[in-house]
Amino acid sequence: MSHHAAATGPAIHGLMAEFDSAQALLDAATAAQKAGYTRVDAYSPFPIHGLAEAIGFRERLIPKFVFVAGATGGTLAFSFQYWVSAIDYPLNIGGRPYFSWVSFIPVSFELTILFAAFTAVISMLALNGLPQPYHPVFNNPAFARASQDRFFFVIEATDPRFDLDETRAFLNGLNPREVVAVED
Amino acid sequence: MATHSNDHLDEAVLMARPEAEIGRLGSRSLVLGGAGVLLALVGFFVSRETFLQSYLVGYIFWLSITLGSLGILMIHHLTGGAWGMVGRRIWEAGTKTLPLMVILFLPIAFNLEGLYAWARPEAAHDPVVQLKVAYLNAPFFYVRAVLFFVIWGGLIYVLNRWSREQDEEPARLIGPKDRRFRLLSGPGLCLLVITVTFMSVDWVMSLDPHFYSTIFGVLMLGGQGLATMAFTILVLSALVRFDPMARVAKPDVFHDLGKLMFAFVMLWAYFNVSQLLIIWSANLPEEIPFYLERLNGPWRWVSTILLLLQFVLPFLFLLSRDLKRNPSAVRWVATVILVMRVVDLVWTIGPVFRHEGSGLHWLDFALVLAIGALWLPLFWRSLAGRPLVPARDPYFKEAMAHVGH
Repeated sequence: MSHHAAATGPAIHGLMAEFDSAQALLDAATAAQKAGYTRVDAYSPFPIHGLAEAIGFRERLIPKFVFVAGATGGTLAFSFQYWVSAIDYPLNIGGRPYFSWVSFIPVSFELTILFAAFTAVISMLALNGLPQPYHPVFNNPAFARASQDRFFFVIEATDPRFDLDETRAFLNGLNPREVVAVED
Repeated sequence: MATHSNDHLDEAVLMARPEAEIGRLGSRSLVLGGAGVLLALVGFFVSRETFLQSYLVGYIFWLSITLGSLGILMIHHLTGGAWGMVGRRIWEAGTKTLPLMVILFLPIAFNLEGLYAWARPEAAHDPVVQLKVAYLNAPFFYVRAVLFFVIWGGLIYVLNRWSREQDEEPARLIGPKDRRFRLLSGPGLCLLVITVTFMSVDWVMSLDPHFYSTIFGVLMLGGQGLATMAFTILVLSALVRFDPMARVAKPDVFHDLGKLMFAFVMLWAYFNVSQLLIIWSANLPEEIPFYLERLNGPWRWVSTILLLLQFVLPFLFLLSRDLKRNPSAVRWVATVILVMRVVDLVWTIGPVFRHEGSGLHWLDFALVLAIGALWLPLFWRSLAGRPLVPARDPYFKEAMAHVGH
């Protein structure tokens, strides 16, 4: 059984390959996608163009949340102002009509932005699972350089195609500096 | 490695001039223009007054693409990026229509009394106009117009000449010399913004010499940017069907141009709300008639259409990532925006003259098409006269490196 090592030792989060350059990381991610791996992650000190697509990251939920929140904020602000100035407490201001929609625009605009921005940040954190006090990748001491000058690619053990020996051989074929099994 | 290779960006292919294909696109736009010329001729004999007003609308519309092209071209020289490399020849060809716009200005220059209230003899009895006469007088108006054309023409001539040198003598350009585009574009943009501001005051805002709005010039600048982005996307969606544009105008590029058009849609709305909010709140007798005229009577519907079709609809559609990346979808949004640019100019210019009856006049659109019948052939000819992609720009390869799919 290829899972022999995993069964006796501690559980494994995945196999981590360390690379020298952004291009090598991008190529590794592309190769893994071609090989059929789906549960992968990449870590780099800076954003890399095209990497999100290469690890199959497709996030389409946040824009929808933001749109609904923005529309809610705008509608809420506009109707609240209407209710206050035309229904609940009508005040004659300079002889202007109670329903003075022009003066409602700035607040409606601001609340649209406020709702949309808060929703964007909060739903991003919620979907990311952040803040996250513990993550197995830090079990590899070399990973500290992920925020400096090294590029890491992880194939997680939960991947349906994951096989400790085969996956290690696959990662070794991508010319990494090192391939490490990361404990969970 | 494989993902970053630029093999498909072979210089010989990119430098091709697809004259036959561009010629076909040009003749298609001539059909519409020809119909416009006929209608405009009819209108000329039906109503000389309306003809002149519509002529100003058509003139300002096409001038906004000529000058918008100059502005966006200089922004591209300052910022770089793939979107600018792909759009650059379109803007260069757009700027080269300036000589035509100089000639087409003559009917306006010779009919000041027909358009501008301050140029009529009655203005001598108008105390408000008398206070502005140091600025609003025919000789100074002509001097300013000449100055605008000289500044625009100078920038356009130099930028196009350097661009041609880049194609013809690329070896000489690598090194400090390619910085000259940037060195000119910074001050050039300042000059353009100042001259367009004065131009809008002179040629459009002074139609009603009592009215003033300090954001007027900026509004026109935003409108020029919006019209030019819509025009660029429309032209590019036709050019992308064949080489060499098919190799460089990838969905990534349409995405970027769509985002810029989206930004200009919001900018246009933002400027308009600013003007409305300030004038509405102040409620001053010099300013408020502008909106009283436009938010009541026949112009009320034009205002509603503008709000819906130049802001709400494009805003909602352009939120979509997939739509911006799809040339055959985004070009419909661009078409609506271009039509709405005409309506917006009629909305700005028309109410000064037309107080009763319908707001929009068929002659407005006929003259936009008729002037287009002169503007567009010049544009297509300039476009066909140069390689369609600036492949010899020293920044070209760097800019295209991240254009994926």
